[in-house]
Amino acid sequence: MFAFTAMAMLMTPQVAAQEQPVEPYKVDPANAGATPFAGEGMARAFGGQDGIRRIVDHFVTANFADRRIGEIFTNQDQVRLRRVLFEQFCYILNAGCTYTGRDMRTAHKDMGVQQGDMNRLVENLQAAMAAEHVPFAAQNRFLAKLAPMRRDVVER
Amino acid sequence: MTAPLRIRIAATAGVLCIATSAGAQQLAEPGKLLLTNGIGSIEGAAGGGLTPWAVIAGNATRDGIGVQASATVAEFKDYDFQVAGISVGAWDRVELSYARQRFDTNWVGGALGLGNDYKFDQDIWGAKVKLAGDLVYGSEWMPAIAAGLQYKKSLDAPIVRAVGAQQSEGADLYVSATKLFLRWSLLANVTLRATKANQNGLLGFGGDKRDARTVHPEGSLAYQVSRRFAVGGEFRSKPDNLGIAREDDWFDAFAAYALNRNLTATVAYADLGSVATVKDQRGVLFQLQGSF
Ligand code: HEM
Repeated sequence: MFAFTAMAMLMTPQVAAQEQPVEPYKVDPANAGATPFAGEGMARAFGGQDGIRRIVDHFVTANFADRRIGEIFTNQDQVRLRRVLFEQFCYILNAGCTYTGRDMRTAHKDMGVQQGDMNRLVENLQAAMAAEHVPFAAQNRFLAKLAPMRRDVVER
Repeated sequence: MTAPLRIRIAATAGVLCIATSAGAQQLAEPGKLLLTNGIGSIEGAAGGGLTPWAVIAGNATRDGIGVQASATVAEFKDYDFQVAGISVGAWDRVELSYARQRFDTNWVGGALGLGNDYKFDQDIWGAKVKLAGDLVYGSEWMPAIAAGLQYKKSLDAPIVRAVGAQQSEGADLYVSATKLFLRWSLLANVTLRATKANQNGLLGFGGDKRDARTVHPEGSLAYQVSRRFAVGGEFRSKPDNLGIAREDDWFDAFAAYALNRNLTATVAYADLGSVATVKDQRGVLFQLQGSF
């Protein structure tokens, strides 16, 4: 077992640090699935790009480690997810980024996400935002941007 | 006790602990977000305290079946009031509920010739169907919409008839629209109820003044302070069918706290106005609600 793991590590030394290629798609900030906030208030409430990056890292780590939804994330490209999710949050919060990822329907196609999974993901995000001391009202304002995306994420 | 036995007991206890905590974790699987199944309304349906919401009881999502139970005690100036309710919510779509209400008249019972501490009791069977929309997700302006029915049966038929009620049982029909407006952290509910219940049925149905259902608006507004904590207010307009006992609209202000996924505590200050000939019935209501 150990030998196998060691060998696998030798054979793919950069596996954890490099993004895997995805099917080609048209890059468009509209893929983020929501229009950005106006003004700088929300970006400030989230601690600017540094705060957003810590929130996304915390959030992604929690999702991969999650007892219920972790399974859905296993074997997905964590490096890419951290990058594009940061872009998406930063773009929507008007903190000075553009979004280069896929649209929500394509990104979550055939993933079999259930409503309970979505709620758990929201709870993980709430925990990540709370850890950065984002005021609750601002957390909810951000969730208001994400809530309509449910139809592209959850299988009916 | 011999040492090996003691060890064995300790080990068994340890295993039991692990087993129960694993079981509790299973039960604690996320379903709905905290507070989004409402509390138990006084008629058993999930909602606010005074009015049903377009939410389905229990923690289950559209992929499961959940249960919710609540116990409510209230003390008003001259009366006491208790409710025990249980409801089952299936697939975040259908809800069936039962509640037993008990209204203790204390000294007023004596004054009305019923005897001190005379108690009015009522059974309420409810059904609710969510027709469209969602409380939290989907379009920002599209509320969850539900329709429901509450069949109520007074257990004091001779008395409520003597008071002037035309029937001792009856059915309320309602539609509710409820939305959590995340951008303001504000939950709003509007319910329209067709009813001829006197004091929600405790004093029977219909009266000398009128014996037909009329439509009455009810509403709730709640501000979500945190994931666990919400404060708000409610009102409920009511018919006034009985000549001898004027009836007023109801109001309350409440604070609800989700201790965890399974337990929500609510306190409210309620103003019922005039009840069974005695005015100014204000008081405090406390509820513990469990949901799975
Ligand atoms: C509104 C809620 C959600 C938002 C805003 C969101 C956002 C994103 C974004 C931006 C991506 C990357 C797209 C890309 O690679 O170009 C992504 C991918 C992914 N999401 Fe979500 N997501 C949401 C809900 C969920 C839920 C509920 C789950 C599962 C529990 C989930 C699981 C995943 C997984 C596993 C990936 C990786 C897909 C892949 O690499 O092919 N997401 N999501």
